[in-house]
Amino acid sequence: MMEALGVLFSNFFSANTQLIVLAALTPFLLAALGELVTERAGVLNLGVEGMMIMGAVAGFGGAFLTQNPWVGIVTSILAGMAMALLFAFLSITLVTNQVASGLALTLLGLGLSGLIGESFVGQPGVKLPTYAGIDPLMIAALLLTIIVALMLFRTRWGLIIRAVGNNHAAAHALGYGVNKVRYLCVLFGGACSGLAGGYLALVYTPQWVENMTAGKGWIALALVVFASWLPFRVAAGAYLFGAISILAFQIQTYGWGIPPQFLNSLPYLVTILALVLISGSRAIAKRNTPAMLGQPFVPDR
Amino acid sequence: MRLVLEKRAETSTAMAIASPFIAFALTLIAGGIIFALRGNNPFSSLYVYFVEPLTAWWSVEQLVVKAAPLVLIATGLAVAYRANVWNIGAEGQLTAGAILAGLVPVLFPQWQSPVVLVLMLVLGTLGGMAWGALPAWLRNRFNANEILTSLMLVYVIQLVLDYLVRGPWRDPQGFNFPKSITFTGWQTLPTLTPSVHVGVLFAVFAAIALFFMMSSTLKGFEIRVAGQAPRAARFAGFSEKRTVMFCFLLSGGLAGLAGATEVAGVITQLQPQVSPGYGFTAIIVAFLGRLNPIGVIFAGLLLALSYLGGEAAQMSLGISDKIARVFQGILLFFILTCDTFILYRLRWLGSQKATA
Repeated sequence: MMEALGVLFSNFFSANTQLIVLAALTPFLLAALGELVTERAGVLNLGVEGMMIMGAVAGFGGAFLTQNPWVGIVTSILAGMAMALLFAFLSITLVTNQVASGLALTLLGLGLSGLIGESFVGQPGVKLPTYAGIDPLMIAALLLTIIVALMLFRTRWGLIIRAVGNNHAAAHALGYGVNKVRYLCVLFGGACSGLAGGYLALVYTPQWVENMTAGKGWIALALVVFASWLPFRVAAGAYLFGAISILAFQIQTYGWGIPPQFLNSLPYLVTILALVLISGSRAIAKRNTPAMLGQPFVPDR
Repeated sequence: MRLVLEKRAETSTAMAIASPFIAFALTLIAGGIIFALRGNNPFSSLYVYFVEPLTAWWSVEQLVVKAAPLVLIATGLAVAYRANVWNIGAEGQLTAGAILAGLVPVLFPQWQSPVVLVLMLVLGTLGGMAWGALPAWLRNRFNANEILTSLMLVYVIQLVLDYLVRGPWRDPQGFNFPKSITFTGWQTLPTLTPSVHVGVLFAVFAAIALFFMMSSTLKGFEIRVAGQAPRAARFAGFSEKRTVMFCFLLSGGLAGLAGATEVAGVITQLQPQVSPGYGFTAIIVAFLGRLNPIGVIFAGLLLALSYLGGEAAQMSLGISDKIARVFQGILLFFILTCDTFILYRLRWLGSQKATA
């Protein structure tokens, strides 16, 4: 047993496997970074799963119809942004309940993507080119982590976003367009989620399968909480989830008689565990939580 | 000139009543546009989708059978959402109920007695309650967000069911299909008409009982206060943790019962998928029914119609039945949009605003 574990670990830390982990963590990282910026502006968008699956179907479709994966990247981003715009209009302009609107976005996205993608089922996908196992989006996701961190904590824009998320009345009094900032942040979140979906359909498993996001959008939401709204911790958390997905997959190939269903449920169980560990400590949970998270803003006139 | 929202002095009762109807009308228009874009005649397509299923008795029976689990689950969710307790894992609680209900006939296939049926329904309800208690406990004890945990548990329990029907609970004479044995006799629900099982009555009964609980008991009052004014609820000594647990046990239990009635009344065996997403659709039902248990009955019938219409559209229009889920999603968007105008009105803001 110990020997087998040793083999498992030495395999896991080989360069090859680490590249696969990098591919597995990229969609989590992209979607969670987008949601992080959205939540920092005080908007809770629970529709990540819906934006992601629309990004996946649009990315697959765009690439398949033009036979050009780069077109797929663009269409996946646009699809995510279109969904985000719908959410922003409801939750920001019409001040609907953000939880309910986010759920609506997810339900609509799952349904619509199934309908749109029906003719894509079983079609060969167009894969984004990789260079020595590294694809451009992996690098983009890692760079985006640094950019988001710098933007949020080292620029004026970041200060405004955090002000809007922590005290929208004060930000409004200072003359910042609270809802304009929120629209932009929600759209950024949509672009990231759409791209994350596109990554699934163009790189990770280049084909269209209904519900292919399988809860990854929800895990990304949990990641933001787990990372207590800090970009580098999001990256660390994404690595953890990427590693767990790959480990669960590798263990199956060893044939130790563990039911595959148990291994497949690991990411979801670990998500719950992570939430419990982080949320249990009020000190960590409260420090970075945007104070206005989930609260709509209607300026007084 | 621009359009702004302005808070109404009082909530608009007229709008509160009209909102679901306006939302449905807008969904019909959006649906017509979708049909037209696909090259179908929008009017005849909408007729096939929303009217034709109501013109034959057998399909009205199907409507009632499909509405039953939706109403059962959504009444519980309506109560929970009233308290601002966000249980979105009803699909998982339904699955847990289905598994525990299936436990008895799978382990004791020869046992035939009314006790079996009662046991199946009780165990199903308890299964749903247990699976619902988990996120409630995690929120109360560890402050973990119940939206995320209840949803994660959906995936976990679906994998458990998948394991059971592919492994230990697979029918040995089932040619390796991932299905349990077929339930018979007292392992299935009695029927009112050949295709309508008595689970329909549970749904109506649950809705009426919860309507009275919400409108005329202390518990109902506690729940409404907890949702509308959490601070006031604390001052009144209503325990937030107890409310969270109560809402999850109630909505989980009803979802579990729905799972049990589906297994014992409709599918009559366990299979990897025991529900076409009833637990998620019930979220829409709860909102369309104004988070009111009686309203939920009508909303449940409408959403059941959307499932049937999807099947009809697939058969006679050649459109995938996935269009049902698109309609359901659009409907929820329009409800939420229309509900805004219960609390707000739209005003054109002219350039004379500077004087204000």
